[in-house]
Amino acid sequence: MSEDEYDSFGEDGEDFMDASDYELSDGNDDTSDMDDDIFAEDMRKPREAYEVDYRVLDVAAIRAMQDSESSQVEGILGIEKEHAATLLRHFRWNKDRLIERYMDAPEAVLQEAGVITDIHTAPRLEPAPAGFCCAICYDDEPDMSSLALRCGHRFCKECYSEYMTSKIQKDGESRRIQCAATDCKVIVDEHTVSLLVTKPVYDKYRTLLTRTYVDDNARLRWCPAPGCEYAVECPVPQAALKSVVPTVHCNCGNSFCHGCGSEDHMPCICALVRLWLRKCADDSETSNWIHVNTKECTRCNSTIEKNGGCNHMTCRKCQHEFCWVCLGPWSEHGTNWYSCNRFDEASSKDARDTQAKSRQQLERYLHYYNRYANHDQSAHLDKELHNKTEKKMEEMQQTSDLSWIEVQFLRAAVDNLVQCRMTLKWTYAFAYYLARDNQTEMFENNQRDLEMAVEQLSEMLEQPINANNIKELKQNVLDKSTYVAKRREVLLNDTARGLADDRWRYMVDV
Amino acid sequence: MAIPKRITKEIGRLVSEPVPGIEAKSHEENIRYFDVTITGPVQSPFEGGAFKLELFLPDEYPMAPPKVRFLTKIYHPNIDKLGRICLDILKDKWSPALQIRTVLLSIQALLSAPNPDDPLANDVAQNWKEDEQGAIAKGTLAPWSASREWTQLYASN
Ligand SMILES: [Zn+2]
Ligand SMILES: [Zn+2]
Ligand SMILES: [Zn+2]
Ligand SMILES: [Zn+2]
Ligand SMILES: [Zn+2]
Repeated sequence: MSEDEYDSFGEDGEDFMDASDYELSDGNDDTSDMDDDIFAEDMRKPREAYEVDYRVLDVAAIRAMQDSESSQVEGILGIEKEHAATLLRHFRWNKDRLIERYMDAPEAVLQEAGVITDIHTAPRLEPAPAGFCCAICYDDEPDMSSLALRCGHRFCKECYSEYMTSKIQKDGESRRIQCAATDCKVIVDEHTVSLLVTKPVYDKYRTLLTRTYVDDNARLRWCPAPGCEYAVECPVPQAALKSVVPTVHCNCGNSFCHGCGSEDHMPCICALVRLWLRKCADDSETSNWIHVNTKECTRCNSTIEKNGGCNHMTCRKCQHEFCWVCLGPWSEHGTNWYSCNRFDEASSKDARDTQAKSRQQLERYLHYYNRYANHDQSAHLDKELHNKTEKKMEEMQQTSDLSWIEVQFLRAAVDNLVQCRMTLKWTYAFAYYLARDNQTEMFENNQRDLEMAVEQLSEMLEQPINANNIKELKQNVLDKSTYVAKRREVLLNDTARGLADDRWRYMVDV
Repeated sequence: MAIPKRITKEIGRLVSEPVPGIEAKSHEENIRYFDVTITGPVQSPFEGGAFKLELFLPDEYPMAPPKVRFLTKIYHPNIDKLGRICLDILKDKWSPALQIRTVLLSIQALLSAPNPDDPLANDVAQNWKEDEQGAIAKGTLAPWSASREWTQLYASN
């Protein structure tokens, strides 16, 4: 009986796939239709100092990558491709380490990865031998369809299918699904999975494999946009993230940082982004309130809240008593405290100095935070403006003889504006940590120039548009837009070069 | 829902070939629910005790492990106050080829050889380790007195 005939034998449920009408395509098939179907662009070469190499990959291209890596290892180690793939997955796609370890101790590597390379016992569905009893369902009917991996642990097809389906669907496993026998470490390979599960489950399995491939591969990252299925390949290693901000642009329109997966945060480096976001999360709600309603104890610096009108303050932590108005020690105030006639006392002056210092730190933070938050908010408002513009564009096409193409400039200008606001936003986080030296002046000039240009463009875009002024407006917007983009480029190129040359000094360790 | 042949067969075998020190009876009205009694292994601090457990076979069994819990209070580093058991085969090391019998044997073995390095009850594990180290220093067998006391108190008829 041939394998195909056997597969349709004794099937009653439609739960289980028929291997004959669903075969795992082999590597050759994959590569033959790869050219037409797979989206795998070449690496985009950087033009500007702030740009990096990257390329966008769709699922088929990611699979083709896995496939070609498996083929390479197949060739180098002289083992079957299925096994090469299992080994690569075990080594989290670190090909060099796999090859090195394999050359050293092939047996140990195979065992550790759960691979048995015996070509004569390739797993297939076949009638169970006489006297077989499935250790899962305890069924012992003669001629049951069954399968054993190369370890020889045989189970009936129904149980194996259910086992695989539960591992894939319920546990979300793919890379490390082991033989169903207790304590057996042999891995179920891709082809065997295709023999055992239905098409939808197999598709899920392949999706999971692809997901772990991207997760395991340092050069790859999924686009974080919701619902986007592209991944981006970028060769910038984690170790280089102090000297480059690897921003990539997905085909779905989303721009993000390949280094940390957050939104596009040029020109701020990943480490500072992390510090900044943490600081904002810690401080944002409280800082405004603290600003108005608290002072620091003049002895131990812990924060003291003023509640009620009494100016006689006692620090809860160190019991120090002082005056809210002049910050001098309460003991020196006597009964005429309200006049604070001790204002010129040396002790009170010292206290006000320390107070001023920590106040100043807060002021400094708020200075940068307010501008950061303002650009963030404006970017959102600009997006709303964009939606309104879109509507207006439709109206204009109906009421005038302007074509859709002619009003497109508005959309491009708003996109440009939003992008520049995001850049500005992150310049403030960057500036917060930047130690002032003669390098920072250039940065601040660039920042100011961009900011001014952005505000001008923003104002321009809020003007009412009608058929009469559109020609003039269009020219102005295009000019300003070009200028704004240029300012952004100048700023980003300067900061990127500064990062590459290690020119920036920070007030924190990164 | 029909009871899979496997469960019927397992129950039959538990009755026809009982395991020494382990008794497992399934409820008449719900065959997936078992009353279990495990006798404290000899030369363990649980010796002389009879520990009651409940065992339940979920619908996914044998693809998913049975749910087992101690009902009798027990002072053991891998069993918490609620009787939940920290045992790998009841979690990620479960295989559908394991059975009720093997699970109960593993629990019995866990009473003989607790694993304080993978504790569920931290304070108990700490106590156990101290007891053990003290015994090694003195060259005696660890008394594990709290476990013995609890066995006396809660697991003796
Ligand atoms: Zn079976
Ligand atoms: Zn096996
Ligand atoms: Zn995307
Ligand atoms: Zn980043
Ligand atoms: Zn104080």
